Amino acid sequence: MIFDKASENVFDQQRVVGKPQRRIDGPLKVSGSATYAYEQQLNQKLAYGYIVGAQIAFGKISGIDDRKARSAEGVIDIITYQNVPEVGTGAFLSAKALGGPQIQHYHQAVAIVVATTFEQARAAAAALVVHYKRENGQYSLESLAASAPLSKSGAFRPEPVTSLGDFESAFHRAAFKVDETYTTPDQSHAMMEPHATLAYWENDLLHCWTGVQQLNWGVRDLALALGVPKEKIRMRAPFIGGSFGVKGTVMSDTVLAALAAQKTGLAVKVTLQRPLVANNTAHRPATIQRVQLGANPDGKLIAIGHKSVSGNIPGGRPEAAVLSTRYLYHADNRLTELKLAELNLPEGSAMRAPGEAPGQMALEIAMDELAEKLGIDPVELRIINDTQFSPEHPDKPFSKRNLARCLKRGAETFGWEHRSAQPRSQKTGRWLKGMGVSSAIRGAPVMPSAARVTLQSDGRLNVKTDMTDIGTGTYTILAQTAADMFGLTTADIDVQLGDSAFPESPGSGGQWGAASSTAGVYAACVALQEKLADEMGVSLNDLSFSNGQIVVNGKSIALQSLALEGEISAEAKMEYAESRKQFEHQTFGAHFVEVAVNELSFEVRVKRMLAVCDAGRIINPKAAENQVLGGMVMGLGAALMEELVVDERLGFFVNHDLAGYEIPVHADIPEQKVIFIDDVDEYAGPLKAKGVGELGLTGVAPAIANAIYNATGIRVRDYPITLDKLLASSNSI
Amino acid sequence: MRPFNFITAESPQHALSLVAENKNAKFIAGGTNLLDLMKLEIEAPPLLVDISKTGLDKIEKREDGRIAIGTSVTNSALAADMNIRRGYPVLSRALLAGASGQLRNKATTGGNLLQRTRCPYFYDTAQACNKRLPGSGCSAKGGFSRLLAVIDVSDACIASFPSDMAVALRVLDAEIELCSLTGTRIIPIRDFYHGATTQPHIETVIRRDELITRIILPRPIGGSHFYEKVRDRASYAFALVSAAMVFLPDGSARVALGGVAPKPWRVESAEQLLTTDIDEYVRIAFSGASSTHENQFKIPLAKQILTTLINEHKEAMA
Repeated sequence: MIFDKASENVFDQQRVVGKPQRRIDGPLKVSGSATYAYEQQLNQKLAYGYIVGAQIAFGKISGIDDRKARSAEGVIDIITYQNVPEVGTGAFLSAKALGGPQIQHYHQAVAIVVATTFEQARAAAAALVVHYKRENGQYSLESLAASAPLSKSGAFRPEPVTSLGDFESAFHRAAFKVDETYTTPDQSHAMMEPHATLAYWENDLLHCWTGVQQLNWGVRDLALALGVPKEKIRMRAPFIGGSFGVKGTVMSDTVLAALAAQKTGLAVKVTLQRPLVANNTAHRPATIQRVQLGANPDGKLIAIGHKSVSGNIPGGRPEAAVLSTRYLYHADNRLTELKLAELNLPEGSAMRAPGEAPGQMALEIAMDELAEKLGIDPVELRIINDTQFSPEHPDKPFSKRNLARCLKRGAETFGWEHRSAQPRSQKTGRWLKGMGVSSAIRGAPVMPSAARVTLQSDGRLNVKTDMTDIGTGTYTILAQTAADMFGLTTADIDVQLGDSAFPESPGSGGQWGAASSTAGVYAACVALQEKLADEMGVSLNDLSFSNGQIVVNGKSIALQSLALEGEISAEAKMEYAESRKQFEHQTFGAHFVEVAVNELSFEVRVKRMLAVCDAGRIINPKAAENQVLGGMVMGLGAALMEELVVDERLGFFVNHDLAGYEIPVHADIPEQKVIFIDDVDEYAGPLKAKGVGELGLTGVAPAIANAIYNATGIRVRDYPITLDKLLASSNSI
Repeated sequence: MRPFNFITAESPQHALSLVAENKNAKFIAGGTNLLDLMKLEIEAPPLLVDISKTGLDKIEKREDGRIAIGTSVTNSALAADMNIRRGYPVLSRALLAGASGQLRNKATTGGNLLQRTRCPYFYDTAQACNKRLPGSGCSAKGGFSRLLAVIDVSDACIASFPSDMAVALRVLDAEIELCSLTGTRIIPIRDFYHGATTQPHIETVIRRDELITRIILPRPIGGSHFYEKVRDRASYAFALVSAAMVFLPDGSARVALGGVAPKPWRVESAEQLLTTDIDEYVRIAFSGASSTHENQFKIPLAKQILTTLINEHKEAMA
């Protein structure tokens, strides 16, 4: 099925889709009976693998002495580059899942020790001796920033340079200007469930249970790593305990579990130990960004410049921090530029709203700085520069853009009128008070997605797709979609996800999951409806579905009765017409934050947060709110505490566990509120819905940064905004 | 795996005799730090002697008004004890500022005193650390030092000591009862920790054949008690700087600081300045400081915290 534009359809009734729904997988999760990868049980002998990480950042393995480790109790085998064929590189990442002799980054896997128990494998791993020859690597983004070349375009690598008009001269002549440099640190996904895999071979067919968000990527990249055909891999990920992009495809746990299972002939279970996650897998790369804004006295932007440099291992992608700037505000003269330095730190890759989150962390502080210079309210400045057309392609409209509505609604709801434009003018006791705002923007991509829908003889409807639920509520929204299509409730639907044997979806990532996978299920439901109509000898237009009944020409038949003699099944795939490219597809939002800052210690406490989101129809407001709330928490972490600290001498992230890499705790989280703009986007898909999972993060951190400035009069342009930075600047007040 | 024995001792003497027979044995009570260290292969004791059933889990008020806290009293129980809350609120507040509820339910008084540094290089066995592997060097020097000590450091080690409880005990002049098979000795907490040393793996005066049996608090000193802990998030984080401060009825004040040194940091000789000249107090208290560009903020932060507490006390008194 090819999607072009949605007309009025069953989802406009807001019967199931559009109504808050409890997660259908909720009871499984709260009762501990949802089976995650590491908890899968098999009726066969199981061994445990323990991954050994490289102890240097860059260089070569000069020798491996595994005699002591091999003789340790319970050890079955030890796998290193010396005793298996060379592991290939996948299509998404450039680091290899098994290093050696060349080491690409710290904690790159150099061995997996396989033993009868986890504890035996761990003890033997400590006895494995690996000798290294350290080589000089590059670990400092700052020192390479000036000489870094432009990045290259390609898949998930946007054009390095875009421009419109004459940026330099417009910026030069602008009456009001901001020209500042902002830095964002390396960040860790810090998801709750570390990477884990259970693998075994059934002759030449590899079975894996893992936590990969996009099974089609996982299968593709595992096939490339092992040099086996994709058809010989069956991957399952029924439940995933958080991922935020770092489980987009397979990592060392899966590749090494598969190799270990192959070599030992056993089923092998591997979990990446927490202290390895930050350096072994991937992270959001640090950026150094220069933002230049030029405006007329009336606040209209005439020049927007945004240049960003990030680093990555050779072959890695840039952190596309200028991406949102290409779509957010109107200005006739524009220049964006992405540079990429080669570093020998662990590989940087996608983390929730890649590029967009750190890019807005810079741009949206710059807008706050410009508003102050202009003497224009920061909400008003954003509205002044709103546009309905793609800023770099002024003849290309947005499919739907309600940014100004988000800002206005947010300002009203939050009590923005109580904000003082004068920094450091509000105080309660020892606490300086301030408010901040930021726009939010995040792309709304869709991808082809297939599903199979089956009407079973018991009258229940079964939905199968290789889509995943990474904690977002996919099970529920797919049930909602099918329920609306057949006049059922979610209780009548069984959704099965996360199995590569099911019809292919694009998985969960890039905020494309909800729109894409519901469209795939919609297509399959239409196909099944057509099949039912055929069997009944009527036209699909003559059929309607309600209360478990099929209504044909005024006559009702129980849906179940059609399948009594055998289930009826249909599979279909939704694809998208070229006409989609006539529009720019984005989601929008506005974040409002109030903070209190201790005037002496400069401890920051966020007091209130509000997000107003514009993402088309909200399929399940309960799950969507949940995602945005989580995004706001992550944004608070980005603003105030999250930073992978680089040891620039040794080339690794030092704080590589959850004691050292601090993320917000309950006590950090204040009153949070989420509002969804009541609108639909006919060009988004049959449900007229877009994703919100990444939108909820973008714009949060700069809103906090701006609130801190409003409270203290101190502008910190170097995230995270920790109290030592405020303290250091406070003497200049 | 590394097999190890686990024996639950029936008495302190039993525990001591078990450890005497096995030179690499360790006592265990709550295990909130030791088990982590074992999982990371930093500690590999062949024998764990559980002291949680040795009868040392009581808080006793003695006839002379002093309080004896058994070594295996949990942090939660100690923080909630009415005698502690009434007579030593700074201790209760310090305990509640530490860790999380779950950890405080397991962590014990003696174990808290002996917890290891949270320096990230200590926990990464690929990195040089004199505290973990004597003679291997110190990766933290010239590395990530933001959380580490600014005073009483050495070329061998710049680790900070993470306990909140010990900071309060230091301001209260607590004493530590050490028991061995040959007798008992009492060490004032001011003499318990070594501080700067060329052998940072040896952190306290406790001997291998000794067990902490009790912590003795002097009679309540009265006054107003504060424990202020500044950290990067609102809970469940180690202090950047903390202060256990008591304003005494006679108008004097005393303070111990956490997060700045390899031990609770108290400079009694300067305390008369606390209520008169805070700049001078800080200057003296941190004379000889050796901070890095990453952690030098701790000294002005300490001053800000002390100023806050002094102001709050003044306001409360007014």
